[in-house]
Amino acid sequence: MTALPPPSAVKLGLVIDLDTCVGCHACVVSCKGWNTENYGAPLSDTDAYGADPSGTFLNRVHSYEVTPDLGAPVTVHFPKSCLHCEDAPCVPVCPTGASYKRAEDGIVLVNEDACIGCGLCAWACPYGARELDAMAGVMKKCTLCVDRIYNDNLPEEDREPACVRTCPAGARHFGDLGDPDSDVSQLVLARGGMDLMPELGTRPVNKYLPPRPRDTLQEPPANLAALCEPTPQALTGFLGWVDRTLSRF
Amino acid sequence: MNRQPIVDLSPPVSDEIRKTTCYMCACRCGINVHLKQGQVAYIEGNRDHPVNKGVLCAKGSAGIMQHLSPARLRKPLKRVGPRGSGEFTEIEWEEALTLATSWLKPLRDTAPEKLAFFTGRDQSQSFTSWWAQSYGTPNYAAHGGFCSVNMAAAGIYTMGGAFWEFGQPDWERTKLFMIFGVAEDHDSNPIKMGLGKLKERGARVIAVNPVRTGYNAIADDWLAVTPGTDGLLILALVHELFRLGKIDLDYLIRYTNAPFLVNAAEGAEKGLFLRDGTGTPLVLDRRTGKPAPWNAPGVQPDPAAEWQGHSTVLRLMAARYLDPAHAPEAVAERCGIPAGRIRAVAAEIARVAFEEEITLNQPWTDFRGQRHETMVGRPVSFHAMRGISAHSNGFQTCRALHMLQILLGSVETPGGYRFKPPYPKPPEAHPRPHAGVTPGQPLDGPHLGYPLGPEHLLINDDGSAKRIDKAFTWENPLSAHGLMHMVISNAHAGDPYKIDTLFLYMANMAWNSSMNTAQVMQMLTDTNDSGGYVIPHIIYSDSYSSEMVAFSDLVLPDTTYLERHDCISLLDRPICEPDAMADAIRWPVVEPDRDVRGFQSVLLDLGVRLGLPGMVREDGSARYRDYADYMTNHERRPGVGPLAGWRGDGTGEGRGAPNPDQIQRYIYNGGFFTSHVPHGAQFFKPWNAAYQEWIVARGLVDAPMPYLFNLYVEPLRRFQLAAEGHGERQPPEHLRDRIKQTLDPLPLWYPPFGDTLSDPAEYPLHALTQRPAAMYHSWGSQNAWLRQIHGMNPLFVPRKLWEEHGFAEGDWAWLTSPHGRIKLPVARMDALNPHTVWTWNAIGKRRGAWALDPKAPEAEKGFLLNHLISELLPEKGDGQRWSNSDPVTGQAAWFDLRVRIEKAPAHGPSEPALPPQTSPVGEGPATVCRQTGVKA
Repeated sequence: MTALPPPSAVKLGLVIDLDTCVGCHACVVSCKGWNTENYGAPLSDTDAYGADPSGTFLNRVHSYEVTPDLGAPVTVHFPKSCLHCEDAPCVPVCPTGASYKRAEDGIVLVNEDACIGCGLCAWACPYGARELDAMAGVMKKCTLCVDRIYNDNLPEEDREPACVRTCPAGARHFGDLGDPDSDVSQLVLARGGMDLMPELGTRPVNKYLPPRPRDTLQEPPANLAALCEPTPQALTGFLGWVDRTLSRF
Repeated sequence: MNRQPIVDLSPPVSDEIRKTTCYMCACRCGINVHLKQGQVAYIEGNRDHPVNKGVLCAKGSAGIMQHLSPARLRKPLKRVGPRGSGEFTEIEWEEALTLATSWLKPLRDTAPEKLAFFTGRDQSQSFTSWWAQSYGTPNYAAHGGFCSVNMAAAGIYTMGGAFWEFGQPDWERTKLFMIFGVAEDHDSNPIKMGLGKLKERGARVIAVNPVRTGYNAIADDWLAVTPGTDGLLILALVHELFRLGKIDLDYLIRYTNAPFLVNAAEGAEKGLFLRDGTGTPLVLDRRTGKPAPWNAPGVQPDPAAEWQGHSTVLRLMAARYLDPAHAPEAVAERCGIPAGRIRAVAAEIARVAFEEEITLNQPWTDFRGQRHETMVGRPVSFHAMRGISAHSNGFQTCRALHMLQILLGSVETPGGYRFKPPYPKPPEAHPRPHAGVTPGQPLDGPHLGYPLGPEHLLINDDGSAKRIDKAFTWENPLSAHGLMHMVISNAHAGDPYKIDTLFLYMANMAWNSSMNTAQVMQMLTDTNDSGGYVIPHIIYSDSYSSEMVAFSDLVLPDTTYLERHDCISLLDRPICEPDAMADAIRWPVVEPDRDVRGFQSVLLDLGVRLGLPGMVREDGSARYRDYADYMTNHERRPGVGPLAGWRGDGTGEGRGAPNPDQIQRYIYNGGFFTSHVPHGAQFFKPWNAAYQEWIVARGLVDAPMPYLFNLYVEPLRRFQLAAEGHGERQPPEHLRDRIKQTLDPLPLWYPPFGDTLSDPAEYPLHALTQRPAAMYHSWGSQNAWLRQIHGMNPLFVPRKLWEEHGFAEGDWAWLTSPHGRIKLPVARMDALNPHTVWTWNAIGKRRGAWALDPKAPEAEKGFLLNHLISELLPEKGDGQRWSNSDPVTGQAAWFDLRVRIEKAPAHGPSEPALPPQTSPVGEGPATVCRQTGVKA
């Protein structure tokens, strides 16, 4: 049984822009690459070249369709990793104390040395954000690249999670959501950032920015005629427009 | 509370970073390869690199698994089993190269055209084409003919460049961005980065695509166009712009041939420009009311004049596009887009272009010597890709899109579309195609180019083709990239002639890169009366155990992209930005651990063995030690070589003597070179005197070449005139009508041939493929990480069709085209044009290829639509089987495919279930669990 620390002032997390995410999986693979080389056991792949390949990923992109009653269906790409909840249900269930939330910045981690691979934390996580590594037998999850963001061996500009650094569309933002003045907090405010499944009371630190309204160009503006010259409906009308335009040159 | 464990927050990242160029797709991003204990540990984007500025896609980050792929070839292979079986014996390089030389040398001395050398995703085309030219065969091209030649050729003929490596939107300033037929592949990271910038500032993105995935999914507005009708939609937008008077008349007069007078007199000159005695096209001067050369000092052209019955280009355009046949109401049903919506999009384009005009306080001087105090731009930009180009009406559809941009005055202005050096380059600045063969001698000039009239076709006096792929013939006169997709079927048929050796590089022609895959495999294995193969010799170079390997007699194993030298050259398809010329290298950041060699170095070795001019010294010894030596020391023209950076004493940009330290300078700089365009030269490039001077100084061209955009493409008219009976060279009778119709000098739309020849009742659906963002053609399936993202490809079926057929999750279907029938798994998708089914491209694999388990989902559930597509159309009334290609360029018309769907027994495998090939490299390991330097 592990206790959650008192709420930290610093709440590091991600803001993911669902209006901009094209679902390219760049974050998924960059995460796989970094975390295979760093933090604990490598992320393994079983039956890697076989009939049923299955590997450990700390971040996955899901694609959904939303089909409204009226209007066109919309495709939403939804990257999902640990949300570093303030009331993280994965922490108190851990029988060994391996699953914990850092007091100083709120990052939820697994101490692999103490993990017995029982899977209780994954069962407790309502977001499905933890994966038991088949080869190492320990629970793996997003570390928010804790070994990048404070890493003195990296140039300062690279001290951000691998998924954020690599995102081609700039749909992923990293920062302190405990600081209302931070860029990420301001972005959440401006764009109506949301919690994932707030009704569960997990109070995720990560936020999602909702897609902006789609398909608004349906009819030409009513005042279209006013925007234009008298309409050159046919060739003669067009020639008149050319004459008038040339006279202004 | 428990004590928190101590976490090492600053672990060492790597021992060393080596910076090179990615090759996981064709974007050529800069990468930082982290090494630990001499091994590749981690790959990330290079922040300084002009293409990707630090970001990297899924494929790029997964490069480490490609580099470590179990499908890597290990040693040269000589076939010992029947073709297609995959049974080989490993041989030494000396034996392999001696064998290749024994086939190639006699051919060169007697009939060089009997070598067909075609390359696929080759990024060294300026080198491979030089080799082929030196060898003397006319039969060389890369893969553009089945990729995007419609886009490239339409762009070059219209305005001197197209999309992607030719140019890109002004991402910093554009306010409305519209994409047509763009999947998530080309030009992957730059477009994602650009979309991110637009989203950040709330600029509108409009996507035209039957499928709402990827970029189309995040577009503000999605137009679910019916495949093949994009041209109709574009011309309806043009109709609206003419109707609303929202075209940039000043721009058209200054920078395009809109005011040129077109000869209306019957005869051999009809439809060509009226010209003066010196051959200069004429305009009607408003000051005098008389014709004058377009470039006469002070001339004020009347853009809509009619003079003695001769109309200007713009007047012809207005007459054509204002016709009610182009009104939104007239096209809405065929396009699958309501007329009101088409009008709304046109109005929004017009509003942004003309009411959100951008003015930069940047003086510049045009080619007429006139100084302008500002740069005025219309911030609407466009991008398009295979969705519009891979149709048999693709050339004219691409033309229509370029015309739309030009009418708005947005090309090469702030906020619009911008060329990247060495573009813009009008057709006149490109070479003409050559096919003059002399045994034992080089070809008489470059293979590929841009014909300006029938005199440039590569045909014999009897009308037969000089090239094996029939490029530059009446069937497809402007086939500027060749027709790789026709090579095997033509060689098999001996039409126009038989060949001896097929030499392929990095082109999976026995699988996903051919139409009609199963029959192509038969052609490659077919024997003649004497028991020999119809195509006697096949040499192939690849890094991996692909499907094509199994059909080769001799396999030359290439390195991975981290083990090789390459140059992303300005002589070829460079990585420039609108504001900079740039090129890049690859270099061996690690050495191969197998007996493999970089293909370009092997080609040079073969060149020496064959004594090819340019590759040997007078004493017969090698001029270049290897490809790296060529990159440094080869000069295409005096002072101009494959790499532009650090020439001469190290200060030369573009021009200068070879510098022995050049590659080292590239490595110090992160693998690339850039030189920035001066501020006054950044826009209006075709007409900007400062830009023209800048490119001459850097050796991109040898003299300034300002030119006007070709709204009206006169070379097309010259082919039409021939079809009307004028001129010496005449097309065959059966092609006359088609040439008259399709080689129109103004953009037009006609139904894709697949539509007109397939019974719409019998084949009511369109079938498409798209590349996913996380997988690049056949390469990706050997990648343990990427195949977990795209390990199989269902056929996506729109909702109404799904319900009509009573499909349920996990179901299978038969998909039937006029050419064949395949079995595949289906999945429902709502955000899809209701008459379209589609799937991800090139996920399906042949059993035994790519070191995968024969039970891999890529083989059991994956499938190729290629089996349903023939390189020839069904026979029509005239008894002819026409090529399934664009009639202008010969681009493979993949996307014309029409099908019907039926429910099938709900189980696999997908069909055709072809017999497995033996893997020359075995199968991959059961697990991957690797931390560099740590034993798993």
